[in-house]
Formats: sequence, structure tokens, C-alpha cells
Amino acid sequence: MSKEMEKNLRKMAKEIVEQIYAKKNPSIELPVRTLSNVYFDEDEKLIKMGDRTSSRTYMNMSHTKKFMQTILVANECKKIIDQGVTTSVRDLYYALKHTIKGTHENTFDEQSESDPIIEDLEATLNTLREELNLKTDRKGYLAGGIMINDSGDLINCRKMGSSGWAIPSNVEPEVINFEDVSADYVLVIEKDAVWQRLNEDKFWRDHNCIIITGKGQAARGTRRLINRLNTEQKLPVYVIADADPWGYYIYSVIKQGSINLSFLSDRLGTPGAKFLGLTTQDLTEFDIPRTVSIKLTKEDQKRINELMKYVWFKPKEWQKELEHMLKSDFKLELEALSAKGIKYISKEYLPKKIEEKKFLP
Amino acid sequence: MCANAEEMAQFQKEISISEFFEKNRHLLGYDNKIKALLTIVKEAVDNALDACEEARILPDIYLQIKQVDEEKYEIIIQDNGPGIVEKQIPKIFGKLLYGSKFHRHRQSRGQQGIGISGVVLYAQLTTGMPTVIESAIGDGNIHNYKLRIEVGRNEPKIVEKSTNPETEGWRGTRLRFVVEAVYREHKQSVLEYLRQTAIANPFANITFDSPNGRNEFKRGIDFLPKEPKAIQPHLEGVEIGILSRMAHQTVARTVENFFIEDFTRVGKVTAGDICSKAGVDPKTKPKSLTHEDFEKLIKAIKKVKLINPPMDCLSPLGTEAVISGLKKELDPIWVDAVVRSPSVYRGWPFQIEVGIAYGGSVKESKVMRLANRVPLLYMAGDCAITKSVNQIDWKNYKLSSKDLSEDPISIFVHMVSVWVPFTSESKEAVASYPEIIKEIKLALQECARKLGLFLSGQIKAREVHERKKTLEKYVDDIATALSNLSGEERAKIEKAMMEMIKWRWGDIDEQRDGKEPKEDG
Repeated sequence: MSKEMEKNLRKMAKEIVEQIYAKKNPSIELPVRTLSNVYFDEDEKLIKMGDRTSSRTYMNMSHTKKFMQTILVANECKKIIDQGVTTSVRDLYYALKHTIKGTHENTFDEQSESDPIIEDLEATLNTLREELNLKTDRKGYLAGGIMINDSGDLINCRKMGSSGWAIPSNVEPEVINFEDVSADYVLVIEKDAVWQRLNEDKFWRDHNCIIITGKGQAARGTRRLINRLNTEQKLPVYVIADADPWGYYIYSVIKQGSINLSFLSDRLGTPGAKFLGLTTQDLTEFDIPRTVSIKLTKEDQKRINELMKYVWFKPKEWQKELEHMLKSDFKLELEALSAKGIKYISKEYLPKKIEEKKFLP
Repeated sequence: MCANAEEMAQFQKEISISEFFEKNRHLLGYDNKIKALLTIVKEAVDNALDACEEARILPDIYLQIKQVDEEKYEIIIQDNGPGIVEKQIPKIFGKLLYGSKFHRHRQSRGQQGIGISGVVLYAQLTTGMPTVIESAIGDGNIHNYKLRIEVGRNEPKIVEKSTNPETEGWRGTRLRFVVEAVYREHKQSVLEYLRQTAIANPFANITFDSPNGRNEFKRGIDFLPKEPKAIQPHLEGVEIGILSRMAHQTVARTVENFFIEDFTRVGKVTAGDICSKAGVDPKTKPKSLTHEDFEKLIKAIKKVKLINPPMDCLSPLGTEAVISGLKKELDPIWVDAVVRSPSVYRGWPFQIEVGIAYGGSVKESKVMRLANRVPLLYMAGDCAITKSVNQIDWKNYKLSSKDLSEDPISIFVHMVSVWVPFTSESKEAVASYPEIIKEIKLALQECARKLGLFLSGQIKAREVHERKKTLEKYVDDIATALSNLSGEERAKIEKAMMEMIKWRWGDIDEQRDGKEPKEDG
């Protein structure tokens, strides 16, 4: 695999050098990674990248620095592959950060400058950063009825105590495999605090499932793991998140993939995922006291209107929920269920939702 | 009990001009001790320059200001002019309102003739010291006078006089005053006055020994501006008082001839036309005209179409001299000048010239106002020149601020006229006649357009230079990375990249040198 990668990087560099020798403006073709170049694949139910590309050229003054940065990142990836090690995206940033000779300018000032360039390279070389030997910080946690084989080490996720198993950034089959899967489904929880509540209540044991949290917007490793549990183990995936436009979007990224990483949607998206809650309509259904609801802000309202326009929020159930949220002018946090008792979520709310199959698509 | 007329008459008497001066010194530029020193230097230097120019001599002026006591200074000024005939010395220096300039219409620095004798009076009022005058007219002698003014009679009083042989081949005038004053070097100071004088009189050499050391203002050009011709007054704008005074003094025997001989550009047709419109017989003796006659004549003059005055009475510096003056004193990176054609306000011919110096040693914005080659340092806000500068949106000419507050620019505006209209007796600000403002603005705009062209060229060159630098600074890092990625030779990639940049943007630095704008437009 890394031989292949090295070949791709060399090919890209050769083309640029040829352009320079020919006194042509050197350029790198990059797929456009914005909303304008994504489409919703109705058959696969995934956000896919369109085929529009843009050129990053050296002589265009607004590209010059990014062009330089792109070449440096590519070169650093080659070095890492050559040495046969893996490194973090933060290490890469530090490895490349230096003052440009004869100036007071740095090659990179923030990691937020090098991270998108890594994504650019992934998109243009049609590869995963993991294949460029790069990894990110672990962010997601898992517990429940499954045994994980991590490069030969067996991890029983039924015995992870209060912390859970930290999901690594590379969960590809070369590293991570599943054994002894007893769970019936996967429950993905937006918030770590709620995950800890459910883990403490041993919800996964009582209901024979796997609980995963992405701690907010789920990292790529977490999304890839959910994808594999769904596609390989055929486990249904349910998601609970805050009843606000931000919680709903986190769900939609797990389900359909994101705009930014649309070229990876088939690996990261889980089209079969279902949304359990919360919804604003739960307020009356579960008799949640109105006092725990929060009034919508201007940004909330703006974001709701944006969501309503996305194709993947077009199903009538979602349009109805979003309209209801706008009209009733409030949102709910997952923790709001605690108003009915600390264990209400694990003992009443979730069992009822799952039993009655009260999902949003 | 009320005083009757006869009692009051005991107190009524003629006030001599000297007494008037004593009580109203602020009107003549002696408001405070700092300004007094400037006024003294101004009067003396103006006189010296006028005398040299009239005698067609390139001026060499030496000025010394020496502190002799707290707030007490000795001022010595010497020129290489024609000198003063001995018998005239007491009257020129010891009698106020005596002079050759008031009664003729010629472009010159002084206008009232109160100037230099005012200095003598100020010296004696503040320190009691007489003024020393030395003059050599080239006849082998130096005449040495020590004199003061008898204030009550407005007559000179000679304290001491002597004649000595001249041995060094010097001709000219040397004056020595001891006055109460304060020396400062701020923006309305003697030093600033001399710098602007040096700009407006680039044919003069001025050496100044100040209390803080020597300043030299070297000559920039070695020719004098053409000599202005004296002209008769023009009928437009003439007032009844002047008309009747002139009619009583004229040598002409008829009203018709009075108009033809005593006014400029009046011929038989115009004179006859005025008389017939006024209903006055052209053959009337001027001295026998009545007050009603004058009123009718003034009304008739306004109805007659008058020919503009001749313009050879004006002597502008010319673009070459303005550029030379600005260049030698300010050392800018760009300088140019514009001289407008003569124009007329209220019957008086005038001409505007403008110079702009930009960048280099010029660090901030400044407007230099000059009238007949004399810098105006006070009352800027009242001046037509300041108003004209402020009415222009300088951003239109590529300067960085509308009001010039952030630009390194010196603007030189010079008005020459037979009669410069000042807003007050102390001659600090030009009155705002619409014709004058219009001419100043046109000159400023024309000169600013030239500056704008230069600046936009500079901005473009700077931008291209910046771009090239940006492109070049990443070459080192990119060449190293591309070499490692592709296996090509690093030096080869680097060389090709530099060539590519040069090919695309050209060799900017060479281009810039080639396009350096010419200073003489």
C-alpha cells in the first residue's frame, strides 16, 4: 500500500517539475471540497463529491503560500512512509513549521493550516490519511458486547470499567477486527456525559448493545468503526443527540457523511443509521417539563433553515420536526431528561423508543 | 460740568505716525517678543533682497543674531546691494512712511514703507539703543550713521556720524540693531522664514549665524528673475478717494489726458467714453473737478469696457527656479512646478506659481505660502492659499490622505502681483478673492496631476516588486521538497523556478531604474 502511495506522490511531483522546466505556471489539481461540489446520492443515501476540481497554482498570489505548503506536506508524508513509521497530524505540523529563510514568516502558523492540506492530498490522491501514515487524536469511546482484536491484542469491551475503549484513528481491517460480537445493535450517543451515565447503569448489558460516543462531532475513526459494525456485523445503528440543529447535523454526518470529507462517504457514512431522539416532539409525548427547554437563538434559527434546505433533511418526518422546532421556538439537551430522574433515560426513555420503533429516518 | 469745545481743543492735536506705532505695534508684527524678532529679520532681509534685485545683483546676505542679555539680542544684517546715498540714510531709517515703494505700482517685497524705520523705532522703544547703519555705494567711502527717531515729530535724530575709507572692495548696506526679543526655532521662526526665503529666492546666498550655530542657504541658480516693470494704476476697482487725490496731483491739464496718462491701458476712446457717460467735459481741468463729478466718473468707469492691464509688470520665478529652490533646500525624491498665465483681480494683474516636493527628506505635509517672494508664516487659516489647498481632495492624486495629513509633501504656492491683497496690515494672509482662489486651485491641480502620475507608477512598481519577492522567498523550500519527492536535482529545480519567475514578471529592478520620472516636466 505505501509503495503505491509513494508512487502517487512521486508522479504528482514529477508533473510539477516538468511544468517548471517548461516555464509554465506550476499547478496542482484539487477536487473542490465545498457544498457547491457535493451531491446527495439517492441510491446509496450518501453525500458524494462531485467531479469539479480547481487548480492551486504558484503564480496566483492568493495560492502561492498554500502551494508551497501543499508541496511541503506531500514531501513530509513521503518521508514518513519511507521511514515506515506513523505519526500524528500534529507531529506533521511541528515537523514542517519553520521560519522561511530571509524572512520573519513561518511555513505554517497554525495546525489549522496544515490539516486541510492533508485532506486536500487525501482527496486528490484518492486515499486515506491513514495510508499516508498519519493519525489523529483519539476522541470516541466504546463499551458493550463485543471483543476487539487490535493488531493481535484482544480487548473485551464488556470489561472496560467506567472509561470504555478509546477508538483509535486507524480502524481499518489491517489493525482492527471484530470477534465475539453478542450485541444486537449499536447506540451512538452525542455526549460523553450521557454515555458515562448509560455505562454506569450498564445499559449495554441490560439491553444487549454497544454504546459509542463521538464526544460531539464524531472523529473519522469513530465514524469508520460505526460504518464497519453496521456493514460487516449487520448491527442496526441508533443515534441519540440534543434536540437542536447542531445535534441533528452530528447525526446526519454519521448517517450520510460530511461535505468536507464527501470523498470518503462510502467508508465513513452509515446510511442505515436511525435517529432515536431527542426531538422537540418528545416534550409532550414524554411529559418533559417545559421549564428545561431552551429558547432558540438567532444562530439556531438560521441553522435550522439551512438544514431544511439540505437534500438529506428533505424526508417529511425531518421537515416536520424542524418546522415544529422553529414554531415552538425551543430546543432540548439530552440532559433535560434528568428532570424526570437520573435513570429516566436508561430505564424509561430509550427502552420505550426502541421498543416502539419511534425513529426519525 | 461738561467740557466746552475750546477746552476740548486743548487736547486735540495731530498724532504722529511714530506715536501711532508706539501704541499699535501689534498691527505691524510686533505683538510679542518672538514674533518681533521675525518681523525685524523679515523687514531687513526683504529690503536687502529688493535692493539687490533692483540693482541686478545676485544677493549675498549675511545675518547674525546674538544674545547679549536675557531677552536682548543684537541683530546684524549685511548685503552686497547698491548701498544708500548718504543724504538719504537718515530719512530712510529715521522717518516712518518714507520710501520709494508706496507711490509706484511695481512688484516688490515691501509695500508700505513703514518696515525698516519701524525696526529702528522698536529698537529704541525696547532697549533705548540707536541703530547703526553702514553704507558703501562704491565711491571708496563707508558712511557710518548712528541714529534714532524723534517720536513726536517723526524725524530722524542723528546721534553720531562718520565717514571712513572703504578698503575691502565692499559695496552694500550693513545694519545693527539691539532689541528686546526671544529667539526660538519652531515652525514660525526666523530659521523657517529664511529656509522658505531661500526656496523662493534660489538666486540668493544667505548665511545665518544664529545663537545655535551657522546655517547656510546656498545659491541654486545664478540668474535673477526678469525685472518687473512699474505700471500705472488700472481703472478697474479704483476708489473715489484715490481718484480725487490723483486728480489733484496730476500734471495733466484735462480730465481726458489725466485718464490717458495716469492710468494704464486707457486710450482716447475709453477716456472720451467715460467722460461722456459721466456727463463731464473732457477738457475740464482735473483740479477743478467737484465731488459730484468724481461720483459720476466712478459710476461711468464701471459701465465702460476696460482693457486688461499689461502683464510685463509681473515677475514670477519660473518653473526652473521653483524646482531649484525646492530641490536644494528640501532634497525630495520628486519635485515639479507649474506657473500659471497672468490673471486679474479688481484690475490688478497677478500670477500664481506652485511647486510640489515629495518624499526624500520631506517627512510630513507642509504648505509654504509666499507673496512676491516673501514667506507668510502667520494667519494661515485666513489665507486664500490655505483655503485653496484645503479645497482639493488630494486622494484623487494618489496621495494617501484627503487632507495630506499622512503624506510627506511640501507645497509651495507663490503669488506675485503689483498689489498683493493682504487681509491685514501685518501682511500675513492673502485675501480670498474668487479669481485668486481659482488660479491657485488650477495651479495646484495641474502640479498634483504630475505627482499623481509619479505616485501611481511608484505604487505599481512597488506592487510588482512585492509579488516577485513573495514568489522568490518560497523557492528554497519548494525546490528542496520537490527534489526529494521527484528525485530530480535540487539546484536544477531552483534555477528553473527563478527563471520562471523572472520570465513572468521581468526584471523589475532594472525596469524601475529605467522609468525614473524626469524632474523637469
